[in-house]
Amino acid sequence: MSASYPFGFLNEYAKKEVRRSTLKAVAIPGYQVPYSSREMPMGRGFGTGGLQLTLSLLGKGETLKVIDQGSDDSVNAVNLRSFIEMTCEGINTTTKTDEADFIQSRHRIPETALREDQLIVLQVPYPDPLVVVEPSEDKRKILHGEADYSRLLVKLYEDIVKFDEITISHRYPTRINGHYVIDPSPIPRWDVPKLNQSKALILLGAGREKKIYAVPPYTKAEPLAFEDVPFRVENFSDENGQRRSCQRCGCTSSFLDEFVDSKTGKKVYQCSDSDWCDAQGSASVAEGRTPGATDEYPPTNIEQVVVANG
Amino acid sequence: MDKVLGVKNLSKVYGPGCASCFELTGPEHDTNICPNCRSVVAAHDVSFDLYKGEILGIMGESGSGKSTAVKCLYFDHEPSSGRATFFDEGRQYDLFNLNAAQQRRLANHRFGMVYQNPHLGLNFDITAGGNIAERLLMSEVDNFSEIRGRATSLLSRTEVLPERMDELPKNFSGGMQQRVQIAKALVTNPPLLFLDEVTTGLDLSVQAAILDLIMEIQQEKDTAMIVVTHDLGVIRLLAGRTMVMKYGRVIESGLTDQILEDPQHAYTQRLVASAL
Repeated sequence: MSASYPFGFLNEYAKKEVRRSTLKAVAIPGYQVPYSSREMPMGRGFGTGGLQLTLSLLGKGETLKVIDQGSDDSVNAVNLRSFIEMTCEGINTTTKTDEADFIQSRHRIPETALREDQLIVLQVPYPDPLVVVEPSEDKRKILHGEADYSRLLVKLYEDIVKFDEITISHRYPTRINGHYVIDPSPIPRWDVPKLNQSKALILLGAGREKKIYAVPPYTKAEPLAFEDVPFRVENFSDENGQRRSCQRCGCTSSFLDEFVDSKTGKKVYQCSDSDWCDAQGSASVAEGRTPGATDEYPPTNIEQVVVANG
Repeated sequence: MDKVLGVKNLSKVYGPGCASCFELTGPEHDTNICPNCRSVVAAHDVSFDLYKGEILGIMGESGSGKSTAVKCLYFDHEPSSGRATFFDEGRQYDLFNLNAAQQRRLANHRFGMVYQNPHLGLNFDITAGGNIAERLLMSEVDNFSEIRGRATSLLSRTEVLPERMDELPKNFSGGMQQRVQIAKALVTNPPLLFLDEVTTGLDLSVQAAILDLIMEIQQEKDTAMIVVTHDLGVIRLLAGRTMVMKYGRVIESGLTDQILEDPQHAYTQRLVASAL
């Protein structure tokens, strides 16, 4: 099988083109660099943009982690991982964020803070935040060039007028390095502050829309907001104002998924990041505590992170 | 007197254009279509100065180039030739040599435009308040309550009920839409305002109210305005000076009283005589 494909499935010219576009994207933070997204042996919209970045940038001996909505075992992650394993001989895979050199992710950034030597690729369905206010790509390019995002801000204004708060739950428009506003892929608001001054390089690839863009390390990323109506992340407090905890590991500082327990019919909450959840569980066990106890691990309380709009 | 705007030899030709375009068109040839290359000479050799607090009227029949001239100045159209200099806070801007971003900045911050058709000036998919907010957001005001406050005060100033500011403009009557447009144009306190047939198509009482509003604003804020209209009544009421255009050329200009009482050009004479 492996003999019939070049390393990384794509041919060298295709990989070179993606790498060049990636360099340009890093050089102009937030700018959407067009590239000739190749046909992949899976449908566009299944992460082909992220996949092409990974295949072009991943090298032998490196360790890869693939995530889908925080989980390593979701169908998109499993399929992409086995495809990459099949076509990139000599790479290692892991589910542990700490051990990975290279992370490809769909719709989440890991809870564990990333390091300078790590790189994360996000799969993007819709790269342009302006698409909701301007249908013509020609005009959108002019708006981006002139950093004219007033129409996006008007959308936020209308949200506050109608609902008393900004109702964008994911794909929150974020200004990179004081100029270009990006669609940070459908990550929840929770993950948006992680883009700001990130130690790891963040690459975003849209396969269907044929765009690559980047948030380079230590770059300013500000979610659009008003001076007096600041950006807020998701609030996981229950009706008594108590922070909900993960029913599996007891963590009170992670992004939680809500689902209904099929036996009891009650709503339960669990960490969205499965690797984080496992690590929390084993940490409590190692310290002789019972999993499920709510304690202050990890020490940094990142709930209600407010990024001022400056 | 402080000069706000100086326009020199502004021309706009639609089509390929040829050497004889300007010679073969104009009022003396009774056409603005060049017989040689079929280009439309929408405006040619328009020059004027505008001073602080002054209202200049541009009058003429439809197709005479009056709107074209104003739209060139507001950067809606690119002129074929000519110069325009905008004087603002001790600085001069050579309007047609600015890049697109600088032009947009000037149009957003320092100019205001009210179109005949509210669909051109307003976004009908967002609320009246949102339309006004858009202009403030373009001018880098990013405080929600400040935007809200300024939109409310402007709307009450233009006599749109502030309770209706969160409604879509399509629910408004034509006169109200026009007032929202005026509020939108005024919200950044521009020193220069373009009014393109603002009262055309409105009923008489609404016309009178809007004209009153424009005069009040001019007196309050000393805003310089260019009023484009084919309505002699509007010209008589608002404009201190007037230019008359035909087939893209300025055929007569001077004090409004003079032009209306003692028109020199045959076309102006006919225009004044035909007024009810």
